[in-house]
Amino acid sequence: MPESRKPKVLALSSGGGHWIQLLRLRPAFAGCSVLYATVRPGYAADVPGARFCVIPDSNRWHKIRLLHSAVSIFLLLLREKPDVIISTGAAPGYFAIRFGRFLGIKTIWVDSVANAEELSLSGQKVGPYADFWLTQWEHLAKPHGPIFRGSVL
Amino acid sequence: MIFVTVGTDLPFDRLVRTVDDWASERKRTDVYAQIGYTEWRPKHIRFSPFLEPEEFRRCFNEATTVIAHAGMGTILSALQWGKPILVMPRLASLQEHRNEHQLATARHLAKLGKVEVAFDEKALRSSLDRLSELTVRNTITPHASPALIGALQEFINHGRA
Repeated sequence: MPESRKPKVLALSSGGGHWIQLLRLRPAFAGCSVLYATVRPGYAADVPGARFCVIPDSNRWHKIRLLHSAVSIFLLLLREKPDVIISTGAAPGYFAIRFGRFLGIKTIWVDSVANAEELSLSGQKVGPYADFWLTQWEHLAKPHGPIFRGSVL
Repeated sequence: MIFVTVGTDLPFDRLVRTVDDWASERKRTDVYAQIGYTEWRPKHIRFSPFLEPEEFRRCFNEATTVIAHAGMGTILSALQWGKPILVMPRLASLQEHRNEHQLATARHLAKLGKVEVAFDEKALRSSLDRLSELTVRNTITPHASPALIGALQEFINHGRA
């Protein structure tokens, strides 16, 4: 990418702890143009002045909602064409990374620090599609990924 | 104000019921609970099923102590805001969550000395009686570890880690 253009980052997550962890990663986006995508409109107050959009929430127990999430996220990627996608999970993040890989976008998965004894299900499934596949617990790192580089704590 | 929260996902009646009984016995009037969507209602303490992010922040701000499920969002908020927090993990075996990751989180964070954990109702009652002794455990900075931030920044800007 040309050095003069700011990288365009899509920072996407579910609510609650996933969103709070994504916010703790903000310094990594310095010098980038960022779009935050998450599941509650009220979270916009956490990122004043930044671009923000709402995506449908979903989890593996509601198949129709999963489909709705997946389609919305795919359309978001086509519209925004980010250079990099970063997600702290959960299911919506998995879709973003999967589709991102398909569209040739660089992808980063940071598994939630709440998963202290094994990787989350989305975190396990996303492995082959994430260019940078991270766990926040050193004892969960493996030779072929996920890797450990630190945590949000 | 003692602020009780069960998170935005599922109710956690076992936690709130224990606090409600304790508050009634100890005649506490300074407890406010966010109880989630549940049919059960506390008999003694003030409550609301759900709080908008701004209301939640306000309650958190005003709280002297937070009592919560072992949800990562709540724990991180408490550590960031420097609030003493006492947690009880949800158990999948009691259908309080979909898997046992809260138990794992609680164990690992207790080991790191970051939170006070009550693993069952009896322990919770005991910790509630000693609430004034609960101190803030290492407030954390507003951001992730410099190592993680650095690795992410490197990858975002140069495509390598």
